[in-house]
Amino acid sequence: MTTETINESLVDDHHGDSHDHKMTGITRWLYTTNHKDIGTLYLWFSFIMLLTGGALAMVIRAELFQPGLQIVEPDFFNQLTTVHGLIMVFGAIMPAFTGFANWMLPMMIGAPDMALPRMNNWSFWILPFAFAILIGSFFMESGAPNFGWTFYAPLSTTYSNGSTAFFVFAVHIMGISSIMGAINIVVTIMNLRAPGMTYMKMPLFVWTFFITAYLLIAVMPVLAGVVTMLLTDTYFGTSFFDAAGGGDPVMFQHIFWFFGHPEVYIMILPAFGIVSTIIPAFSRKKLFGYSSMVYATSSIALLSFIVWAHHMFTTGMPLFGELFFMYCTMLIAVPTGVKVFNWVATMWRGSMSFETPMLFSIAFVILFTIGGFSGLMLALTPVDFQYHDTYFVVAHFHYVLVTGSLFSIYAGAYFWLPKWTGHMYNESLAKWHFWCSLISVNLLFFPMHFLGLAGMPRRIPDYALQFADFNKWVSIGGFAFGLSQLIFLAVVIKCIRGGEKAPAKPWDGAEGLEWTVASPAPYHTFSTPPNLDEVKS
Amino acid sequence: MSRSNQRWLLGGGLCFASLLSSSAWADTQLNLTKGVTAVSREVYDLHMLALYICTAIGVVVFGAMFWSMFFHRKSKGAKAADFHESTKVEILWTTIPIVILIAMAVPATSTLIDMENNDNSEVTIQVTGSQWKWHYKYFDQNIEYYSVLSTPREQYENQNGSFAGNGANKDENYLLEVDKPLVIPANKKVRFLITSDDVIHAWWVPAFAVKQDANPGFINEAWTNVDKPGVYRGQCAELCGKDHGFMPIVVEVKSPEDYDAWLNEQHALAAKSADAEKASLSASMSKEELMQLGESTYMAYCAACHQPTGLGLPPAFPALKGSPIATTGSVAEHIDVVFNGRAGTGMQGYGKQLSLKEIAAVVTYERNAWGNDTGDLVQSADVKAAGGE
Ligand code: HEC
Ligand code: HEM
Ligand SMILES: [Cu+2]
Ligand SMILES: [Cu+2]
Repeated sequence: MTTETINESLVDDHHGDSHDHKMTGITRWLYTTNHKDIGTLYLWFSFIMLLTGGALAMVIRAELFQPGLQIVEPDFFNQLTTVHGLIMVFGAIMPAFTGFANWMLPMMIGAPDMALPRMNNWSFWILPFAFAILIGSFFMESGAPNFGWTFYAPLSTTYSNGSTAFFVFAVHIMGISSIMGAINIVVTIMNLRAPGMTYMKMPLFVWTFFITAYLLIAVMPVLAGVVTMLLTDTYFGTSFFDAAGGGDPVMFQHIFWFFGHPEVYIMILPAFGIVSTIIPAFSRKKLFGYSSMVYATSSIALLSFIVWAHHMFTTGMPLFGELFFMYCTMLIAVPTGVKVFNWVATMWRGSMSFETPMLFSIAFVILFTIGGFSGLMLALTPVDFQYHDTYFVVAHFHYVLVTGSLFSIYAGAYFWLPKWTGHMYNESLAKWHFWCSLISVNLLFFPMHFLGLAGMPRRIPDYALQFADFNKWVSIGGFAFGLSQLIFLAVVIKCIRGGEKAPAKPWDGAEGLEWTVASPAPYHTFSTPPNLDEVKS
Repeated sequence: MSRSNQRWLLGGGLCFASLLSSSAWADTQLNLTKGVTAVSREVYDLHMLALYICTAIGVVVFGAMFWSMFFHRKSKGAKAADFHESTKVEILWTTIPIVILIAMAVPATSTLIDMENNDNSEVTIQVTGSQWKWHYKYFDQNIEYYSVLSTPREQYENQNGSFAGNGANKDENYLLEVDKPLVIPANKKVRFLITSDDVIHAWWVPAFAVKQDANPGFINEAWTNVDKPGVYRGQCAELCGKDHGFMPIVVEVKSPEDYDAWLNEQHALAAKSADAEKASLSASMSKEELMQLGESTYMAYCAACHQPTGLGLPPAFPALKGSPIATTGSVAEHIDVVFNGRAGTGMQGYGKQLSLKEIAAVVTYERNAWGNDTGDLVQSADVKAAGGE
C-alpha cells in the first residue's frame, strides 16, 4: 500500500466520525480521539504530576534541612523518595513528552491525526488510574512503596511493607500506556507523513520521537516482566531473586537496568529533538549537521542497550564485565558530544535573540552537558566505587533530568504555546520563571556534587554533621525551585485566558509545517495532506 | 532606592551572612577524599584527571557558546551565516573525544585491575550486613561480633530541644560512631568477604576506596592495605530499609603490634564471657535485675523495629504490647522467636548476638512492660532449654 492511499482512507474515516460534532464539557475530554485534545490532557496531567512529585520533594528537603529527624519517620522518608522518583519519571517527564508527540507530530508531518486515535484515548485515560493506585497506597495500611524507584529485590519482595502488589499493578498500567503511546507514534510516523516527506526530510524532532518510541517498545516489556517476577516472588512462592530458592538478587538488577538505562534515554532523546528545533529558530540559521544528528541519536539508542551494568559496578561483577561496561559507557559520550557540538555550531555566527524558549534551550545545553560530564566520571569504574549511591549520583541524574529533560519541556511549551492557545504568553513573566528556576536549580543541585564527594550516601533521612551546611543551601534552593514553578502555571493560565493574538508564525526564524496553520491550531489540521513544495518556498 | 527595597536587601543580606557564618563551614569537605591506601590515591588521581578534562572541555565548549551569544546576537545586528554541514568538522569532533576517552580509559583500566586483585591477603574478615548493623568475623581467630550505631536515640530524634540548633547536642561523630569498631592491622593486605543476612547492603569506607555490595546468599570480595593507623568512618551505601541511614561503619586501623595485642585481649574477653555464660545458667536473677537489663537490651537491639513503646510499626513490624506471643502465649515459643528468629522476615535470630542472660532479660521485659503484666520471669537456663536447639 502506498502512503497516499492510507492517508486518504484515514482522512475519510475521520470525516464520517467526529468532524463538526465536537462534544462539550467533560465528555469532550473523556471520549476525545483528537490528537490535540489528547496532547493537552497529557500535558496537564504531567504538570499536575510534576507539582505532586514536587510536593513530596519539598517534604524530603524540609526533613534534610538540618541534621536530626524533624518531621518524618525514616520509613515514611523512604516512601517519599520512592514515590517522588516514580512520579517524576513515569508521571511527569514521560507523559509530557507524549503530550508533545500528540500535539506536534501530526502537525509536523502533515497528518490529520495520530494513526490510532481510539487507542490514543485509551493510553491516556488509563494513566490517572495508575497514579491513583500509586499515590493511594500512601493511605493504605501498608504505606506506599518504600524500596526506592529502583525497587531492588529482596527489599521489595520478602522484606517489603506490603505495598508491592499495588506498586506492580500501577507500573503495569503505566507500562501498557507507554507501549500503546509508542506504537501509535511509530505507526503515525511510518504511514502518515505528507507525500514527499522522506525520512531524511523529517524534522529532527520527529526523528527523536521515532527512535524513542522504538526504545519504549523494546524495554517496557522488560519492565513488565521484572515487576511480574517481583510479584510472584512476593506472593506466589517463586524464587527468581531469592538465593535460598536458587535465585539471584543481582539478576533483578540486571533485568531492571536493562530496562532502566534505555529508560533514561527515553527521557532525554525527545529533549534533544525539542532543543534541536528551538536553537535554529532563534539563531535564525539551519540546524548544523542534520544527518549527523540523526546518526548520533540512533547510535545513542543502540549503545544504550549495552551499558546497563554501569549501574551495578559494586555488585561484584567480574573484572571483564566491569571493563566491558566501562568502555561502552564511555563510548556513549561520543555521540552525545557530537550533539552538543552541533548545537554550538548552529548558534555560531547566527543571528541570535533570547526569548524564553531560547533561554531554556541554552540553559539546557550547558546544564545537560554538566550532567554529561558527571556521567562520564561515573563511567570510570574505579571512581564509581566512590561515587556510587552517593549524592554525586543524585546530582548527576538531576542535571540530566531536571535541567535536561524538564528544561527542554519548558522550552518547548513556551515555543508552542502561541500555536496551542492562539495567544502570546507574557514574556516578562516567563523570563521571571526562567531566571528564578535557573538560579534556584543550581543552588539545589550543584552542591550535591560536593556532598557526594565528601561521602554523603543517597536515600538517608539524616546525616552526619559535616554535611549540614550544604544541605541547608540545597534545601533553600529546593524550596525556591518549587515555588518558581508556580510562575509557569501563572504564565500558562494567563496565556490561555487571553493576551496578544498570536500570528500563524510568531517566531521569525521558525521552520516547519506546524507554522503554516493558523494560531490557535484549528481542531482539525491537514485533512488533506500539504504540498511540501509549496510550503518550502 | 526605595525604603522597601532597602529592607529587602538588608533582610537578604542578613540571611546570607547567617548562612555563611554557620558553625561547621571550616570542616566542610568539597572534594573526594585522598584516602589512606595506594588504591584510594590512584582513584583520587583518576577522579582529578577526569575532573580536569571535563573542566577543560567545558571551558572550550561553553566559551564558544558564550562568544557567539555575545557577538552573534540579533540586537547587535548580526546576520546569520549560511553554513549547516561539514563532514570534516563532524569527523574531527568525533575523533578528538575518542582520543581523550582512551587517555582516561588507560589509567582507569590499570587501577581497576589493581582493585580486583584479591590474592595474597594476610588477614581475612567476613563482613555480614543485616538490618541495620554489621557483623565481623575474623577467619582463623574465633573472633566475631556485631557493630551497631552508638549515637543515642535522643540525639537523632531531637529529644533535647536540639530542633532549633544546627548540630547542637550532637556528638562530633554523630551517626558515624559504633559500639565496637572493626579492627584491622596497618600495612597488611586485609581481605573482606562481604555478604548479607537479609536485604542488600553495601559496605563502604571512603578512605579505603572500598565499596562492595553485600548480597544475601552470595559472597563478594574486596581488599585494602592501609598505611596509616587511625580511625576511618563510612556508611552503608545501599538502601536496606528503614534504618539504612543508621548503620555506620567504623574501622580502627592499628599498628601490627597493637593489632596482636588487641587479638589477645579479644581472646581473653571471649573466654571470660563463656565463663559468665556458664555461670549465668545456674544463677537466678531478680525481677528488678531482669527488667533493668531487659530494658537496656530492648532499647539497643529491638526498639528500632518494635519501637520503644512496644507498639511496633505495623504491618511491617508487629506490636509486642498486648500481642498473644508476649502475653498469653508460651514462654518457650517467645524465647524461640527471639533466639532463632523467623526465617525470611526482618526478625533475625538473636541467639548469636546476645548472651543467654540478655535474652532471658529481654523476654522478661517484653512479658512485663507496657502493661503485658504476665509476671513471668525468664532465666538463662530457660533460654538454654527452650532456644538452644
Ligand atoms: C529488623 C527489625 C527487627 C528487630 C531489630 C527486631 N525484630 Fe522482632 N520482629 C520483626 C518482624 C518483622 C517480626 C514479624 C515476623 C513475622 O512476620 O513472623 C518480628 C516478630 C517478633 C516477635 C513475634 C511477634 C509475634 O506476634 O509473632 C517477637 C517476640 C519479637 N519479634 C521480639 C524481638 C526482640 C526481643 C527483639 C530484640 C532482641 C526484636 N524482636 C528485634 C522485626 C524485628
Ligand atoms: C554522557 C552520558 C551519560 C553517562 C556516561 C551516564 C553514566 C551514568 C552512570 C555510570 C550512572 C550510575 C552511577 C551510579 O549509580 O554509580 C548513571 C546514573 C544515572 N543516570 Fe546517567 N549517564 C549519562 C547520561 C544520562 C542521561 C541523559 C540521563 C537521563 C536523562 C541519565 C540518568 C541517570 C539516572 C536517573 C541515574 C541514576 C539511577 C539511580 O540509581 O537511581 N544519565 N549515569
Ligand atoms: Cu545508565
Ligand atoms: Cu543500607
